[in-house]
Amino acid sequence: MSEKKPVTEFLAEATEIVEGLSRELVVLDEHRGEEPEPDRLNSIFRAAHSLKGLSSLFGHERITRLAHVLEDALDALRLGKVMADDALIDAFVDAVDALSGLLTMASRDESEGPAAERAVALAQHIESLLSQGPTPVEDPLKQLGLEPSVLHVLTEYEEHRLRENVKKGVTLYKVRAVFSLDDFDQRLTALTAALKAIAEVVSTLPSAQASDESHIGFDLLTACKQSAAELTRVLAPYGASHALISASTAPPRPRPSAPRPELGSSSELSLRSLAQTVRVDISRLDKLMAAVGDLLLTRSNIKRFAEGARAAGPGGLHPLWAQELAREARALERKLDDLQKGILEVRMVPLGQVFDRLARLVRRLLRESGKEIDFEISGGDVELDKLIVEDLSDPLMHLLRNAIDHGIETPEQRVAAGKSRRGRVRLYATSEGNHVKIEVGDDGAGLDEARIRDEALKRGLVTATKAPQMQRRELLNLVFLPGFSTRKQVSELSGRGVGLDVVKTNLQRLSGLIDIVSEPGQGTTFVLTLPLTLAIIRALVVQASGHTYAVPLNSVLEIVAVRPSELRTVEHRQMLSVRGQTVPFVRLSQLFKLPLVEVQQHYVVLVGLAQHRMGLAVDALLGQQDVVTKPLSARLRDVRGFAGATDLGDRRAVLVLDVPALVSEMMRPADAGMGNL
Amino acid sequence: MPDLFKVLVVEDSKATRELLASLLEGLGNLEVVTVVSGFEALKVLPRHRFSLIVTDINMPDINGLELINFVKKNPHYRETPLFVVTTEGRTQDRERGMQLGASEYVIKPFEPDAFCALVKKYLKL
Repeated sequence: MSEKKPVTEFLAEATEIVEGLSRELVVLDEHRGEEPEPDRLNSIFRAAHSLKGLSSLFGHERITRLAHVLEDALDALRLGKVMADDALIDAFVDAVDALSGLLTMASRDESEGPAAERAVALAQHIESLLSQGPTPVEDPLKQLGLEPSVLHVLTEYEEHRLRENVKKGVTLYKVRAVFSLDDFDQRLTALTAALKAIAEVVSTLPSAQASDESHIGFDLLTACKQSAAELTRVLAPYGASHALISASTAPPRPRPSAPRPELGSSSELSLRSLAQTVRVDISRLDKLMAAVGDLLLTRSNIKRFAEGARAAGPGGLHPLWAQELAREARALERKLDDLQKGILEVRMVPLGQVFDRLARLVRRLLRESGKEIDFEISGGDVELDKLIVEDLSDPLMHLLRNAIDHGIETPEQRVAAGKSRRGRVRLYATSEGNHVKIEVGDDGAGLDEARIRDEALKRGLVTATKAPQMQRRELLNLVFLPGFSTRKQVSELSGRGVGLDVVKTNLQRLSGLIDIVSEPGQGTTFVLTLPLTLAIIRALVVQASGHTYAVPLNSVLEIVAVRPSELRTVEHRQMLSVRGQTVPFVRLSQLFKLPLVEVQQHYVVLVGLAQHRMGLAVDALLGQQDVVTKPLSARLRDVRGFAGATDLGDRRAVLVLDVPALVSEMMRPADAGMGNL
Repeated sequence: MPDLFKVLVVEDSKATRELLASLLEGLGNLEVVTVVSGFEALKVLPRHRFSLIVTDINMPDINGLELINFVKKNPHYRETPLFVVTTEGRTQDRERGMQLGASEYVIKPFEPDAFCALVKKYLKL
């Protein structure tokens, strides 16, 4: 079981319970002054009870406490110990309000806020309301001729309902029905429904004795105001019989009213806001997206037919028809684009959701760090796929902690270096077409090249011969290796034994890239590049040795044409120089051990994964297309290098490259040389 | 290879049901059958041979006490250990549950380890 899933499930179920509670309360609210229906009260009680159990199990103490008080109050109400007066109903309405506030906090991982204070005040208020009503009870149940075996399986509430009916002089019957095991649930449900039209079903007891192998008997304790003849009529279709239990009488006294405490504004936590939002499991959106993906393929097919029809000339479709078909295909294309955009928008949430949370944490860290730092934040309105946003908070927090803790110097050091006393840490997000760029930067000392080199040598991450030849960029990238840290002692702030390798891993999972820009004395900036969504991807369709593949465009940095003569060989590896940066070069055909085709020039698809870059050479570029990746069949699932398969619209499945896997595969020999980690 | 133990979980809360099921499945050599109500429990009881029944008390149709009574009075199921897993409830409901023959009364929130230890004890895992 993953860590995250039960939390989501908890929130989903708890929200559902609270929404149910608020619906039931609305009815209770509308019927103030009347005696509440027992079934309704019981179902509200059950909701509060379930919420208490659920939240206690998942460790949400405040919700548990409020739900507990609510449950006690509802219990007292349904057991007739207190009256449903205005003060109590007001308190219930406020409590449900506060519960939804607490759930909102829980969903944002917050622990403090006005909703929490309101909840505490309300719990105390409800308790004080309850403590004012003493319970006058004498037991009419004893007068009933019920056998102990029946009395002993009743819950306290069921007992209460029996008592109430006795007090009001309602006739009690034991209804007996025997059903076949095959369909007893439907038959019993039908019987119960029929009975409820004329009576109250207090309890349904499965009978242990009368059941043979294929039948099961039930005793229904029923309170019926109608005549016995009427009861017989209702029971007849079910072959059920009835026996009289008793025929036999004082309402609970009103509780003195207590003033309702001032609980502050509840408008921010209104029930309306809950009702206007639809919670949707993101997997349902994935399904919709997959359906759109399939439609996109159908569209491509129709488009091809339309083109084919036109090309066929007079011998084929009538030219007017062909024109019509082409026009409709274009209209379909536009609508599908809208649909796809619409679904993507639903998944999009502003980064502000994470940024706000980070800002609070950062401000706390700043107070604790004792450094003088200004924190700048912008781009909270940039939107990203919800799934990506959720997973960003940990890596971003880590980078911010690093910046505060290691990046910015002490005020004295800064003054000595001729800089302003106050340092600057920033968190920026910008939207760039299909990508979002997030920068976490500081104006601190910058990464110390020499120290990274020493540390890498000491830890055996690089060899003594290789270290001096490494360029600054290569050196900087060493910080992403597991176990790397230039700090002697673990700090209060970022020292959790978690390094930048974790940040890298998190980003890889999101198909993101990470770059470091760092100048000595000027500071360090981590630049994260993330795709807008993982649901639908734009792919580059390429060909190698006659096979067609799709390369997810979010991993593609650029495409360059290279003549074989421009390649260099460094340490038995082919390398390519792209604007001064040396990247490993490999032909896709080589990777997949396909027969190599002689080419005049390579099309090199420059791909990246976290801090790694690699040139992947293909024989031809066929174009770009939106694709929905489908998982590979079980037989192929273990083949490395493929993320899945997709259909390009010509009814031919092609494999989608798993760029992260390919890059790690390529980087492995080098890493192995850097020490066996 | 020993027989697979079958455990019946009767619980109307989805999150709790899944939590119980995953705890039980984590013990290995266990098949967990989950149902959402007393009705459903009555339906599946004759179809399997359960080694353990875990039930909630407060449920919409047949309550947990009624289910315990049914199980403990029925010669086919009488010997099956039965745990009540419920929110710290009325002591009266609890006493009744034990009187009716529940083996253990587990109160939510419970320690997963303690719960698993109880299950192991009864199943002799």
